[in-house]
Amino acid sequence: MSDDYRNMWKDLGLDLKSHDMLLEILGKAYQDIYMAQKDRPEQMSYFDFVMSEVHGLRIKELMDEKAAGRKIIGSYCVFVPEEIALAGNATLVGLCSGADFAMEEVERLLPRNTCALIKSTFGFKLGKVCPYLEASDMIVGENTCDGKKKAYESLNDIVSNLYVMDIPQMKTDPGRSLLKAEYYRFKEAVENLSGVKIDAAGLKKSIEIVNNKRKAIHRLYSLRKADPVPISGLDALLVNQVFFYDNPVRFTESVNKICDELESRIEKRTGAFPEGAPRILMSGCPMAVPNWKLPWIIETTGAVIVGEESCVGERGARNLTDDSGSTVEELMEAVVDRYFNIDCAIFTPNPDRFNHIIQMYKEYRVDGVIHFGLQFCQPYLMEAIPVEKALESKNIPVLRIETDYSMEDVGQLKTRVEAFVEILK
Amino acid sequence: MYCAGIDIGSRTIELVVLKNREIVEKRQVDTGFDPMTRARELLDGVEYERIFATGYGRNLFEITFDAPTITEIKAYGVGAGSLFQKVGTILDIGGQDTKAIALNNDGKITKFEMNDRCAAGTGKFLEIMSRTLGYTIDQFGAEALKATKNLQINSMCTVFAESEVTSLVAKGEDPKEIALGLHRSVVRRAVGMLKRVSVGNDIVFAGGVAKNPCIRRLLEETLKRQVLVPEDPQMIGALGAALLAGENK
Repeated sequence: MSDDYRNMWKDLGLDLKSHDMLLEILGKAYQDIYMAQKDRPEQMSYFDFVMSEVHGLRIKELMDEKAAGRKIIGSYCVFVPEEIALAGNATLVGLCSGADFAMEEVERLLPRNTCALIKSTFGFKLGKVCPYLEASDMIVGENTCDGKKKAYESLNDIVSNLYVMDIPQMKTDPGRSLLKAEYYRFKEAVENLSGVKIDAAGLKKSIEIVNNKRKAIHRLYSLRKADPVPISGLDALLVNQVFFYDNPVRFTESVNKICDELESRIEKRTGAFPEGAPRILMSGCPMAVPNWKLPWIIETTGAVIVGEESCVGERGARNLTDDSGSTVEELMEAVVDRYFNIDCAIFTPNPDRFNHIIQMYKEYRVDGVIHFGLQFCQPYLMEAIPVEKALESKNIPVLRIETDYSMEDVGQLKTRVEAFVEILK
Repeated sequence: MYCAGIDIGSRTIELVVLKNREIVEKRQVDTGFDPMTRARELLDGVEYERIFATGYGRNLFEITFDAPTITEIKAYGVGAGSLFQKVGTILDIGGQDTKAIALNNDGKITKFEMNDRCAAGTGKFLEIMSRTLGYTIDQFGAEALKATKNLQINSMCTVFAESEVTSLVAKGEDPKEIALGLHRSVVRRAVGMLKRVSVGNDIVFAGGVAKNPCIRRLLEETLKRQVLVPEDPQMIGALGAALLAGENK
């Protein structure tokens, strides 16, 4: 590790000892889970590199951007529109929330029965180990589930730059009006932060950048419909996760490059898994880095994940933003339209999600659906039961898993997932 | 051809050897602290051509003995299905897991439920509770059957239940009554799991806890129907594994 990074981390206020520990655990998990995979596409080397530098080079880049006058905005949710951030001369990054850290500290501020993702958000702050959070000029919280909504009140006591965005809970006209008002308020907040007035040309350009990123990942999704599957679910998940960290233009190029390779793999019938391997659709809660536990368990049974119905996956990346408008107002309408379609479980009712799961089941030629719910995540755990019923009524095999970031249930999960895969064979 | 199945559970290891689908050998040992040494001892002098492993130690066995593995869920499905033609639901309560498995008319597994992490309401729970009350595991169910009251034990967690039991003992409650309350709590949990997979056709109760007469009776009372228990309920997983070893030539 270069001294430059250590100085940078120190300047950011990280706890170097704890941070070393985190990087060591992360590095080991990556070796055991990612590098142990067979028949990976060569172009995954880019994403391996990104992960190896996730707290190094990428942070250095962000610090350089800051020095050049750009602002960094940290977010925890796919409802925070990247188009608006980019148009206001700011870079949007996803903040760390995928591992348990400093849990004793966390439980002084949050009830024990809070979901792992929210606890992790606090753990990374309290443990002083997330350089993205420390580099952020603005942290956006969003009122999605009750857990997050109330947790942001407490987070506000430990960070100085929290901005809270309200999110509607129903897909109605008043719901859409609320989202629109909140996106305008966010636009203003970004403008105040960076001192840049967002104009139509800037917004149009940023819509194009983000759309290109989405188009590239849509291309990746569609290549996973092949049998044999040219890329493992773990690798595809990593690409989905890097979506939230990387420079958007470079990310787009890198995804397109791997897609070129995947196309030639499909032509040569080279798979990451053998032809006929049971095909799994994962559906449910977001999977933040380094929460690879369940996908890893699934793919070590010989089944392959071909799609993620998840915020870190198709729920987050589905649909482009219409860029045909020529005024800020028209383009803002398009942004609102695009995000208002997200079928997050905080919405009631939420029929789009059911339709999307069934649609993905058909398109990806899925054999079985594994529903992933984070323990104590009320919206997704509640929705898991009707999802299971809806799928069972169509004779689609489904396994409902409720877990967290700890490794204590790996044995039981393995047995359950293996038994489910045995049923599919 | 001789085909074997080995079920490496958290408390015991079972071995079944079949010749033309007939049992020619069955053995059992405690798992202890070194399951592979125990497995090797169990296999000592046993003749077989193929062996399949199941149970929580199956992956270790796979590495050590280079044998194929199947989950307990499939093993119990196949094992119980071979003994009872019309089985629709299997309840397996073992040392650290409880499983409810639903089969369709062709004997294929359609759905299952399993406790996700702690050993609440499993054999281990009953074992620790019997010790707290001063019974051997064999006495426990028989003594509970002599109780008459409807004492409620609320805790499912072994640690909490133990302190609940201690405070009931301190109140002078009859150990038999406490034992019955504990059995009821195990059955409540198991029935909940059975209902989630839906109960069709015959119900087969297997795993070590199926040897407990009180659990059997309470299950039948709660479900208001007969529950079938195989002669050797702990051997069902090993039997299923042995049958599968014979199928996959």
